Amino acid sequence: MPADRRRLRFYPRVVDDELDDVERRSSVSSRLSPPDTIRLQATKGFTRLLAPAELWRYRDVALQLAMRDITVRYRQTFLGAAWAILQPLVIMVVFSVVFGSLAHVSSGGAPYALFSLSGLVPWTFFANALLMGSDSLVSNSALVSKIYFPRIFIPAGVVAAGTVDFAIALVILFVVVGIGGGHLSLGLLVLPLLIAITVAAALGVSTGLAALNVRYRDVRYAVPFTVQLWLFATPVAYSSSLVPEPWRTVFAVNPMVGVVEGFRWAMLDRPHAPWALIAVSAGTSLGLLVAGLAYFGRVERGFADFV
Amino acid sequence: MSDTAIQTSGLGKSYRLGTARRGYDTLRESFGRVASQAFRRAHQPPDPNERLILWALRDLSLTITDGEIVGLIGHNGAGKTTLLRILSRISEPTSGWAEVTGNVGSLLEVGTGFHPELTGRENIFLNGAVLGMRREQIRRRFDEIVEFAEIQQFLDTPVKRYSSGMSVRLAFAVAAHLEPSILLVDEVLAVGDAAFQRKSLGKMGEVASRGRTVLFVSHNLAIIQSLCQRGVLLERGGMVADGSIGETVATYLRSLERSATGDVLSRSDHDGRGYRDTMVCGLGLRDARTGVEDVVVSGNPATISVDLTELVPLIQCHLTILNSLGQPVCSFDSQALAPGDERLKDIGPHVECEIPSLPLLPGRYRIDILVRGRNQIQDGLQAATFFNVEPGVIGGRPSPAFGVEGVVVLPHTWRLPS
Repeated sequence: MPADRRRLRFYPRVVDDELDDVERRSSVSSRLSPPDTIRLQATKGFTRLLAPAELWRYRDVALQLAMRDITVRYRQTFLGAAWAILQPLVIMVVFSVVFGSLAHVSSGGAPYALFSLSGLVPWTFFANALLMGSDSLVSNSALVSKIYFPRIFIPAGVVAAGTVDFAIALVILFVVVGIGGGHLSLGLLVLPLLIAITVAAALGVSTGLAALNVRYRDVRYAVPFTVQLWLFATPVAYSSSLVPEPWRTVFAVNPMVGVVEGFRWAMLDRPHAPWALIAVSAGTSLGLLVAGLAYFGRVERGFADFV
Repeated sequence: MSDTAIQTSGLGKSYRLGTARRGYDTLRESFGRVASQAFRRAHQPPDPNERLILWALRDLSLTITDGEIVGLIGHNGAGKTTLLRILSRISEPTSGWAEVTGNVGSLLEVGTGFHPELTGRENIFLNGAVLGMRREQIRRRFDEIVEFAEIQQFLDTPVKRYSSGMSVRLAFAVAAHLEPSILLVDEVLAVGDAAFQRKSLGKMGEVASRGRTVLFVSHNLAIIQSLCQRGVLLERGGMVADGSIGETVATYLRSLERSATGDVLSRSDHDGRGYRDTMVCGLGLRDARTGVEDVVVSGNPATISVDLTELVPLIQCHLTILNSLGQPVCSFDSQALAPGDERLKDIGPHVECEIPSLPLLPGRYRIDILVRGRNQIQDGLQAATFFNVEPGVIGGRPSPAFGVEGVVVLPHTWRLPS
């Protein structure tokens, strides 16, 4: 008992010293002093899209969650990250046989395999983000119902972890295009924009669906089916040139239309840049992002009561 | 230093009872609701389903200043946990507002805030980050936390493989060492072994003495009284007392006694987990020698009798005697059979527990009951009845008078020099 007491007495001094030390050294000591006041009340209406200060305050949580998603993603799998390569490659082979060789779908002169792979790489990322992101809040219910942090980190973490796969698949795409005799063109400079459109659309749709899934578990059943339909509404296996203008531009309200056609143009060095499609897709992608985040922000405080 | 740490005004939280069981709706139901609202005239009464609203917390206005240690007491379902969940930002209030100044650390349940798939080490960092701490700060305290929690060997084991004691120890260690300026604690000290409880109490006192604000929920009135200066009593979601911890505990005990005097069956605080195929409708303790109800002479035989509403298969009773501070003194469980226990055909929905000698010190005690049947919890009631123990004779020796240390008197014999 006396030994116990001595040890307990010993703690505060150490703790105090360290605290002072941290506060003195840390450039962002505002997190400890002075404390900020947080007002808690019922959310009414669409008050805010994001709370940057709040996100910054909890940035370490975001980091921890994203790292967890990346490390856990292929844990207990035999093939590991090879799945990221395998998925688009296998579908490319299937598409090449079915649509390329049997159905003779036009690929606009390029080898059909390259034609479909350049569409499959962004599509696979988008589809996985939707499938995994929309279920993320429910599958993390233990976390959501027990501790507080900005909930957006959960679906955003899933999308962020997906970008790792996306990067791996992109490298493969470059390799395959290189083998197929392609060469680098200026169109590659547009790739970052196309990737941004894809990520924004994936983030917007999956955060919105994740939030909806908390209230309505229908989402869980609707998403796989919707993703299948969406694949047919996206020119991955076929070319958007099958759709006559002006409908082709309207077609691009599906953000993946502009992305897929943009990827093809950049990777396969095609003559005409699909600027109109990219512009329309960028617009809807931004719209989806804003709508997803707005809905998420409106309902996120109630997640713990429903999840 | 007298800044406000927590302030609430008209704070309320309601749950729709219809969804309480399942928690979520399907789209079809929501469309149906919207459609029926659209077609309903304004003056018509609302759908009866919508009136099934439970206010877990209502119109609560409370101010807690920096450095206060406040004990939150109340019956089951009084809204204590709901309040802590709102203050820790897990759920949001339905009405009113709360303002919280400073970092909040919360310990709401066993293993609270831990992700089961992550290891103890990863969870310390995650939990620390949730408390608003930087990685370097957590790293500095890391060894201290691990040592306090006594989990050195299990640091790289996923938390899902921890025993509940281990995860509570770790959760407590993280929250106490990372020094949130406001600590919310819900009954966690009830778990874990006695040595760790003592250590945690010491740490709580220390956290408190260093000017941190603590809001503490416990059913153990002795622990609450030793830690807190101020007590807040909640009843059915509203605040009924706020003052020194001594006064509040006294008010709570009076309200417990008041609820025990009325009709048992109509009490509102029956255990929410119960299936209620059968319910407790009467409970009493009788001195088997004097025949007097609710007063036992120390050392006399006593009989606790329980009346239930229905006869269901596999009835089991768990009775706990607690002293006036809410500390359990002893419990009786019918599931652990002994020679002499009987199952009777003609007894009806009625259970009796005979105690050959009740060796309690003089004072006031209460009995908590939990009834099982059909292998389910059927009903439970805290403070189902109260009784007094009067001074008597145990083993030929007068039982000690009031104010003696301890709770029981044991028969004993001395050897002394002549």
